[in-house]
Amino acid sequence: GCPKDDFQEELVIRPLHSGDIYASFQFRTLWETDFMRGNKVSHYRLFPKSLGQVISKFSVRELHISFTQGYWRTMQWGQPFLPSPPGAELWVWFQDSVTDVDGTWKELTNVLSGIFCASLNFIDSTNTVQPSASFKPLGIGNVTDHRFLRYATLPREIVCTENLTPWKKLLPCGSKAGLAVLLKSEKLFHSSFHSQAVHIRPVCQDWQCKTTSWELRQTLNVVFDLHTPGQGKLEWSLFKMFSRTLTEACPLASSSKIYIDITDDPQGEQFEVSPATHLLSQAMVLGDRRTFSVYDLTQQITFGTVRSLNLLIRWKSRDMLRPLLHAERYVAGYGLQTGEIHTLMYNNHPYRSFPVLLLDSVPWYLRLYIHTLTVTSKGKDNKPSYIHYQPSKDRVRPHLLEMLVQLPPNSVTEVTVQFERALLKWTEYTPDPNHGFYVGSSVISSLVPSIVAMDTNSTREQPLFSSFFPCKEESSYFMRVYTEPLLVNLPTPDFSMPYNVICLTCTVVAVGYGSLYNLLTRSFQIEEPSPGLAKRIANIIRKMRGVPPL
Amino acid sequence: IIFYIFSTLYFQLSFSPLVPQENAGQFFSSGHTNNWAVLVCTSRFWFNYRHVANTLSVYRSVKRLGIPDSHIVLMLADDMACNHRNPKPATVFSHKNMELNVYGDDVEVDYRGYEVTVENFLRVLTGRLPPSTPRSKRLLSDDRSNILIYLTGHGGNGFLKFQDSEEISNVELADAFEQMWQKRRYNELLFIIDTCQGASMYERFYSPNLMALASSQVGEDSLSHQPDLAIGVHLMDRYTFYLLEFLEDIHPSSKANMNDLFKVCPKSQCVSTPGHRTDLFLRDPGSALITDFFGSVRKVEITMETINLTEPIQQRQKETYSYVDQLPVSEIIHQKPKQKDWHPPDGFILGLWTLILLVFFKTYGMKHLKHIF
Repeated sequence: GCPKDDFQEELVIRPLHSGDIYASFQFRTLWETDFMRGNKVSHYRLFPKSLGQVISKFSVRELHISFTQGYWRTMQWGQPFLPSPPGAELWVWFQDSVTDVDGTWKELTNVLSGIFCASLNFIDSTNTVQPSASFKPLGIGNVTDHRFLRYATLPREIVCTENLTPWKKLLPCGSKAGLAVLLKSEKLFHSSFHSQAVHIRPVCQDWQCKTTSWELRQTLNVVFDLHTPGQGKLEWSLFKMFSRTLTEACPLASSSKIYIDITDDPQGEQFEVSPATHLLSQAMVLGDRRTFSVYDLTQQITFGTVRSLNLLIRWKSRDMLRPLLHAERYVAGYGLQTGEIHTLMYNNHPYRSFPVLLLDSVPWYLRLYIHTLTVTSKGKDNKPSYIHYQPSKDRVRPHLLEMLVQLPPNSVTEVTVQFERALLKWTEYTPDPNHGFYVGSSVISSLVPSIVAMDTNSTREQPLFSSFFPCKEESSYFMRVYTEPLLVNLPTPDFSMPYNVICLTCTVVAVGYGSLYNLLTRSFQIEEPSPGLAKRIANIIRKMRGVPPL
Repeated sequence: IIFYIFSTLYFQLSFSPLVPQENAGQFFSSGHTNNWAVLVCTSRFWFNYRHVANTLSVYRSVKRLGIPDSHIVLMLADDMACNHRNPKPATVFSHKNMELNVYGDDVEVDYRGYEVTVENFLRVLTGRLPPSTPRSKRLLSDDRSNILIYLTGHGGNGFLKFQDSEEISNVELADAFEQMWQKRRYNELLFIIDTCQGASMYERFYSPNLMALASSQVGEDSLSHQPDLAIGVHLMDRYTFYLLEFLEDIHPSSKANMNDLFKVCPKSQCVSTPGHRTDLFLRDPGSALITDFFGSVRKVEITMETINLTEPIQQRQKETYSYVDQLPVSEIIHQKPKQKDWHPPDGFILGLWTLILLVFFKTYGMKHLKHIF
């Protein structure tokens, strides 16, 4: 019969240690069709047609694109459900039937720039890399030949309403019904962190995994600052966060739920949520078992007699689980000629060590000197067990550095590499070169040991936020951490100099040559000064008398 | 869309019940079949907030009067709404005391930031874009399109500055319009410019069916309207402010014509003298409606045919799949180095080897060749 499709939406609200509140929206569409095997798909129902056409035309196996404004502060907010770097990030796995991956990648970025109203057409060979070990496919599949993977970031990319508008239009209910009603740009962008992403991948339908479906996940993560609305009290409501309340679930959704993280206080002493609910759920997420209050929007009873749902959350204080892995990056040095990039990775586990894969993509205008690369942990040299380095080529390729480093327990690992800044050609500078040039975030992928046993059965009914990364073993979970992007100043010429030089040269030539010419060609005559008044009258009288003048 | 056409017809009919046939006839006898708009803001940096507000207010009016996003090419050289200096993010205001948010919740910017260059602007106008450019970034007009082009930014006598780093001259613009005419890319074109000495930009036009409006004459500066003390910059330019006020009174079935548009912002309000040029326009400006350029005409054909949809055949797959290990440490450590594709040696290496061989043989003579072969 007709391929079945299914749409689920959920919102997870997690109050944070610092008083801020973290809201994560996930909208998932599952579709049992097959874009690849020749039969053209022409009837789209819940799955957006623009993305379906992109998948079939460019033979895409997996597509992950995210737009982020702000930087995720791991030490204050813990780990996000879905990490993303500042700016725009796009990584795509192509099918193995694609012959010209680079050409298809260029066309794909142009098409996506039209769909999402972003300048993704600036993605070209100078900022695209082909990681050799990071970014394994998140969907099902046997082939992992990294020839079909491309990764690019645009750290300068701005996210604003014009990116949110087409993103909302991809949802089956648009922004008219369901949880998407809360997505109002004036509140979403007045926040400390805003990230919207689209993830497309093939997934298993059931535990036997004999059939596959295409999964489209649209996620939106936002962290609202405690002090922005002005009050400063540890009290948040849906209306305060989004300036809207909920009145109904999306009619096309098979499940529409709100989860509120009440883990630290199941008795309800420190923590208060109203309207109260008796539905509780436990989920294994980020290596920890968390308890959630659940509000099911498909039940009319959730909305009560006023037919609108405005959740109120009040808490007094909150402990935070110390994040096991976090990273920092900064530029050291002085002047505009050389510098040093320092990346610090912190392992906060008291006794376990774990491996991390560090991926660094540095633009060609920062010339890295890889012979100065050092990796030190606890003061001693820490030799990576795998290094992949692809040197840059001016104006063609960026640097790619991938290292597998084992982080000892309770330690800081520092990776340093020196670089030299290049002088660009005059036309390669942006219209505002004194702002600086961005270097994309480093990506640190790792298998972090978990406190509780993770659930490896991937197809059991789980909330969407805990089922994104596939889990292969129980003792650890996969995580990605992004560092800050770097902003470096390149030696910038004074762009007014051509005009100044022309003016100066012309003045010098005019004055110098002009004076010389006059000196050479002018003839001099001696002239008597005009006589005074008395003499003039005397001369007139003498002329009348016929006598020669004075 | 069918309902829109019928409701507009109804509007026309309800406005003058005495002559319904005449109004309906006028609706169907206009010379154009579709409308496009190209709205460009050419200035970067926070203190040029007013140029973005100008462009967005024209965008709002044009959307309100019916032109859809797919027919609007909006180019903004900098982001003011989500700029970190903006005290109210995701908003761009046109009136002080934050009365009217022209950015809104439903906006699609086609060219933004560094993409707004003279080259891209001219390519959009003439249609000479690279083949992978998406549809939303193209001006897909034909010979029955009425196009509205609005430019704002900093300008001078005969040029307009793009992003403080390059300029477009009035000669280039006139030639671009001539290319559009020769390729039959427009039926009629309305060009509005709000910069200092704006009238100099339309002096050189020579293609037919062009009408131009500018906010100031040569030698005059266009002035901004009012600052907002909370945001800290000037919010709008005078000419566009009064143009927006004028357009707020226009609705999709309005009968206002171009002569009313020429009267917008007299010298008493604008301080500069707005100018206009109609000698290249073949129709009488009094007969050209405002909605001919700011509104939208969409002709719809109703068909009674039905098409049968066949159900696709579902193929059952037989293989078993599994998820991939995200960080297979042992596999990564023992990864074989990638088989690099063999490339023929580079020209430089070839030349170097040829030189070495030549020098060797010249020094030692050809008789040594027999030792090798």
